Amino acid sequence: MKKWYFSRRQLGIPYGLFLVCFVAAPLIVIIYYAFTNGQGRFSMENLSDFFTSPNTIGTLAYSFGVAVVTTCVALLLAYPIAYILARSKMKHKTAVLLIFIMPMWINFTLRITALKEILTMLEGNLSYYPFLNTVIGMTYDFLPFMILPIYTTLLKLDNSLLEAACDLGADTLHTFVKVTLPLSVPGIISGVVMVFLPSMTNYVVLDMLYNSTYIMGSLIGAYFSAYDWHNGSMIALILLLIILIFTLFTNRYADEEENSREVHLNGEKNM
Amino acid sequence: MEKSQNIIELKNISRTFDDGFRVVEDFNLTIQRGEFVTFLGPSGCGKTTTLRMIAGFDSPSGGELLLNGEDIKELPPNKRPINTVFQKYALFPHLNVFDNIAFGLKIKKLPKAEIVRKVKKVLEMVDLEGFEERKIHTLSGGQQQRIAIARALVNEPEILLLDEPLGALDLKMRKEMQLELKQMHKRLGITFIYVTHDQEEALTMSDKIVVMSEGKIQQVGTPEDIYNEPKNAFVADFIGDSNIFSGIMTGKLRVRFCGAEFECVDDVEHGTMIDAVVRPEDIIITTPEKGNITGKVTSVVFKGVHYEITVLSGKNELVIQSTRKAQVGATVGLNIEPEGIHIMIAENIENRIETGVTKDYRLHFLNGVLACDIVKLIPGAAMNADGVIVDAGGDEIDIEKIRVVVSVKPDDIEMSDDKNAGILNGHIINLIYKGDHYSYVVRTDEDEDFIVHDEDLWNMDDYVSLVIPPDKFHFSLKR
Repeated sequence: MKKWYFSRRQLGIPYGLFLVCFVAAPLIVIIYYAFTNGQGRFSMENLSDFFTSPNTIGTLAYSFGVAVVTTCVALLLAYPIAYILARSKMKHKTAVLLIFIMPMWINFTLRITALKEILTMLEGNLSYYPFLNTVIGMTYDFLPFMILPIYTTLLKLDNSLLEAACDLGADTLHTFVKVTLPLSVPGIISGVVMVFLPSMTNYVVLDMLYNSTYIMGSLIGAYFSAYDWHNGSMIALILLLIILIFTLFTNRYADEEENSREVHLNGEKNM
Repeated sequence: MEKSQNIIELKNISRTFDDGFRVVEDFNLTIQRGEFVTFLGPSGCGKTTTLRMIAGFDSPSGGELLLNGEDIKELPPNKRPINTVFQKYALFPHLNVFDNIAFGLKIKKLPKAEIVRKVKKVLEMVDLEGFEERKIHTLSGGQQQRIAIARALVNEPEILLLDEPLGALDLKMRKEMQLELKQMHKRLGITFIYVTHDQEEALTMSDKIVVMSEGKIQQVGTPEDIYNEPKNAFVADFIGDSNIFSGIMTGKLRVRFCGAEFECVDDVEHGTMIDAVVRPEDIIITTPEKGNITGKVTSVVFKGVHYEITVLSGKNELVIQSTRKAQVGATVGLNIEPEGIHIMIAENIENRIETGVTKDYRLHFLNGVLACDIVKLIPGAAMNADGVIVDAGGDEIDIEKIRVVVSVKPDDIEMSDDKNAGILNGHIINLIYKGDHYSYVVRTDEDEDFIVHDEDLWNMDDYVSLVIPPDKFHFSLKR
């Protein structure tokens, strides 16, 4: 009896359907709404609204501020942790790494609720420091996404490079600044991407921590709940473009790094 | 200023890993200014560890490490006037050629103009002028190698350490680089310490070779010394192709091995157990009547300059290099000139038998089989659920290709006159009194000679049974 195989094309059907239903179709709908007005006619009004309304520009600036501060704080916290975890000869490294990763396994709202209680205890009233609380919440939420990629890059760092630096006369500080740090840039970039973009839009954190200021996510949410699909879609589209440009830029950098790392891998294979 | 001739001295250096494994033991070596010294040995012999201790990446567990007469054990690598060319080059992938080479100079805070001048000069030296702006990953293996050498040399070290630097290059490139490194060494006059497992490389390049095995120095000498006068069986086997036979001195300048007597030039006391080393090019093929020993040609391989001919004479296999071809299957006579035989006094005499593996993973042993844990012998091997021995990748290992050396110490064999007591029977064909015991040679029914130490006196031609407790066998994989 002849065995019956799925061809590659047949196996691709479910994914194709998924792509059409959940990626292509929504995108087309968003683009459609972004460039039409209430009467269903083509219009650039939504676009000009975005750049003229002080409301949206202000929100964009605020989101940017939250994202930049969150990313910086997360980076400053994550790098030393990742460095210690990856480079030290500590015995129970995995256990320690787990402590930082474990919050990811707990429900997000639960975590933020817990944080809210702690912050209320410390500050008395959460509305005193809305920006600070938002940054704390976001950092707490996204820290593992910063630690993991940096940890992985540092783990892969070839020890002989550090030895070479030392051999050429560099002390510990020099070696870190001139070798370790530049070579961990790819990890830093993926960490930054993974933290920066979500912290521009994740308005649930703000809601739960009683920060009434809008960020990009909340703005879209507000338009949609007022049945204004057109302006909401335009903002979503512009956010998408920002993300796209950002990703293209970082990808190019990551590619360059990848090339130079390949040299190393080849060297090892030839051993 | 008068500087001492000895640039670096290692005194009783030892290194024990945390798990108790002794990588380097009782290492004593003096290296003179301007010498090209090579540490040679199989992987895992401690040569790289020794180099790393000189560089400062590893610290000795004991002993003294003197640089120009001062102990540098506590000096970190960045403070030592020593630079290293790493095994995998270890070039910084995020820097271009110029910045890689200038790395050390920039740390020393040299003026910019001087850095540029020095980098240019060293690039000329390694024949890579104009490569300053190139990215490391655009360079070939050979070019990366040169940059790694340039990066070390630009700092004008007193000693240059090279850790198997040519390992990743192809044969032609390797030969070229060997000569270039040798010339560079002559021109610069600095001390080179080179680590390799390639004996040919060591012989070509070095002023002095340090042969290492299992963390210990086996022999130190010039390439000629090491090749022509190997101190023990390990060195003879590792350096060049060689035939090693165990034998016995039968008179003044007379030695017996391979079932025949030969004249030799090494004066060793009558009755001493020896290992005779014969280089393949020193065996002369002649007609069966004229030969001291005869044998059958089992293989002939053309090697370019010469033929490599294998001859089986009794139980002994001889490898011969000759410019003249021989016929496979032909019976030939073999002669060895007295100068071609190098006699080494056997230090730790062992009975060694090379053997193959049976289908059910036991060892052929003369007329029988011997139990042996094959899995433990082969690195990375494991037994899968079907009872088949597989390698690290999960593929079945071809047991027919595996050769195992079974060795037994003469002290571990007992003799009995009950024919059924032991696993082997044979006649005593030689006996020597060694002060507190007798050393016997027992030729078994299978025509294999065993050396046995016994305190009791037996007679020549006694028929004895050899009793060997199973735990006294030692197994190792043939290289």
